Amino acid sequence: MPRLPLSRHLRATLWLSGCLVLMLGAGGGCGAGASRSKPRPTVIQNIGSDTMVNLAQAWAEAYQGVAPNLSVEVSGGGSGLGIAALMNGTADVANSSRHIEPEEEAKGAQRWGIKPREFLVGFDALSIYVHKDNPITEISMEELHEIYAEGGRIDRWSQLGITNIPNARTDRIIRVSRQNNSGTYQYFRDVVCGKHTDFKLGSLDMNGSKDVVELVSRTPGAIGYSGLGYRTENVKMIPVSPRKGARAVLPNIATTLDRSYPISRPMFMYTPGQPPPHVLAFLEWVVSPAGQSIVERIGYIPMPPKEAAP
Amino acid sequence: MNPPPVRQARSALSLWGERAIEWIIRLCGISAVIFVFSIFLFVFLEGAPLIPDLNWIQVIFSPEWYPTSRSNVRYGVGAMIIGTLSVTGLAMLFAVPFGLGAAVFVSEFCGGRLKETLKVVIEMLAAIPSIVWGFIGLSVMNHLIQTWLPAPVGLNLFNAALLLALMSVPIIVSIGEDALKAVPDSYREAALALGATRWQTVYRVLLPAARNGLLAAVLLGVGRAIGETMAVLMATGHAVNIPTSLFDPIRTLTATIAAELGETAVGSPHYRMLFLIGLMLFSITFVVNLLADLAVRGVRRQ
Repeated sequence: MPRLPLSRHLRATLWLSGCLVLMLGAGGGCGAGASRSKPRPTVIQNIGSDTMVNLAQAWAEAYQGVAPNLSVEVSGGGSGLGIAALMNGTADVANSSRHIEPEEEAKGAQRWGIKPREFLVGFDALSIYVHKDNPITEISMEELHEIYAEGGRIDRWSQLGITNIPNARTDRIIRVSRQNNSGTYQYFRDVVCGKHTDFKLGSLDMNGSKDVVELVSRTPGAIGYSGLGYRTENVKMIPVSPRKGARAVLPNIATTLDRSYPISRPMFMYTPGQPPPHVLAFLEWVVSPAGQSIVERIGYIPMPPKEAAP
Repeated sequence: MNPPPVRQARSALSLWGERAIEWIIRLCGISAVIFVFSIFLFVFLEGAPLIPDLNWIQVIFSPEWYPTSRSNVRYGVGAMIIGTLSVTGLAMLFAVPFGLGAAVFVSEFCGGRLKETLKVVIEMLAAIPSIVWGFIGLSVMNHLIQTWLPAPVGLNLFNAALLLALMSVPIIVSIGEDALKAVPDSYREAALALGATRWQTVYRVLLPAARNGLLAAVLLGVGRAIGETMAVLMATGHAVNIPTSLFDPIRTLTATIAAELGETAVGSPHYRMLFLIGLMLFSITFVVNLLADLAVRGVRRQ
């Protein structure tokens, strides 16, 4: 059974994009490739990662001020959906919180003759959150593995030397996680549990980044992971060290860029081959200081100035 | 009197009109059957290709639910079946005494304005959307349970069961009250004539006489609780976990479908598995409704 790269909102999106393709095909004569080479200076279709959807929306709004006669239409659905849309010509720009996979690239090249071009547009760091009264000061990747991964041996705070969490009522570590098809879940699993290991059963699986932080802020014995931008004053972000004994750091711009913070990932935008001028202008603006200041405002990590200069 | 030709013309018109209306009514009647059957067929066909590939003993008894695993995909729904049954059972433990008690009170012990007010208010309780209940569970009850009860986490079995109880009480009350109302007044008069107190009348005469109707009320309440999705998704904590205490987080079959179907690739094994879970729910509610129906038939026979 071939696994189709389809996802949320997908019937509607597909119908809509199907209609768009038909219209483009009818107008351009020989399909998406031909119509893309002519500049269509009105709409840029931007589809992909749910992690990046707030950021992409903010970029789209701010870009209205830069190029008033051009509108960027943003929709989510996941990195996989974005890349699929790119390959079948319904997206001008795909957002992805991971690298394009070799099989996706091969499929695109084989079926559509597209060689996607990659633009690094920023970084996302997953923070580890605990309740604000939790006295823990740092945690290592090994400890996170033992807490979260299937077969891991840490189930109790006392095993980490934490015995005095006010109002926790239990020594048990209450693990807060995400639903099993979220990109954040899969990224955290790959980095913390290991590529071939699963999560331990019994975690509370929330349906959004914000819900994780919300639950942790109400539950003294809880630990959870979520985006850096979702921090509130009722939770504590704890420093993470790559190995037991190594220096533990908080996620921020400096520690993400020098790669000392172990749970961070790049965010990409993809175009099908060399983009037309209006799309290229948009992407250049995204990586410019003006675009990168929005990355920081939304709660992600902007690129260092030397990379950001176009 | 009217001349015959006019009457003939009218009767031809009314004949056709009557036929048309008859067909429309017939279609309405059949459509419910068609809808139920085609929904069942749709759910079955979406899930069916996966049926032969599964180890069913493992699916039903194993708690290991890893549909998106990279290394070892497992489709165990045991913990969710236990979760659904435990939350429904606990909810009924709260809802049945309250619901039947309220039904007896509304039907037998209060009259006039109080009765009308109570009925309207209870029906309003039934009209609150489940997402609102879920929100109450997530914010208000979460906080209260966390503060006042020895619970390590506020989203748990107890929280969700309390919400489900509140949601099924109105159903139990209104159907239970109908069942009590259906007991002929001659029963009450006979009890009164024998010198029975009001409590004796209720306990010895009305409850046994309305037994089947009250059972149907409870079973419909159970059906409501099993099928509920949004509120339990928000209030149970949504953890694949076999509960050992009242305050353990759990996960139900319905919530799993709601949380995962939206982002699952159409036609993938995970997608089909979610439809098979839907089929399990379909069978559970079918059995519950069948029992309720049999109970109501019992009432009619009396």
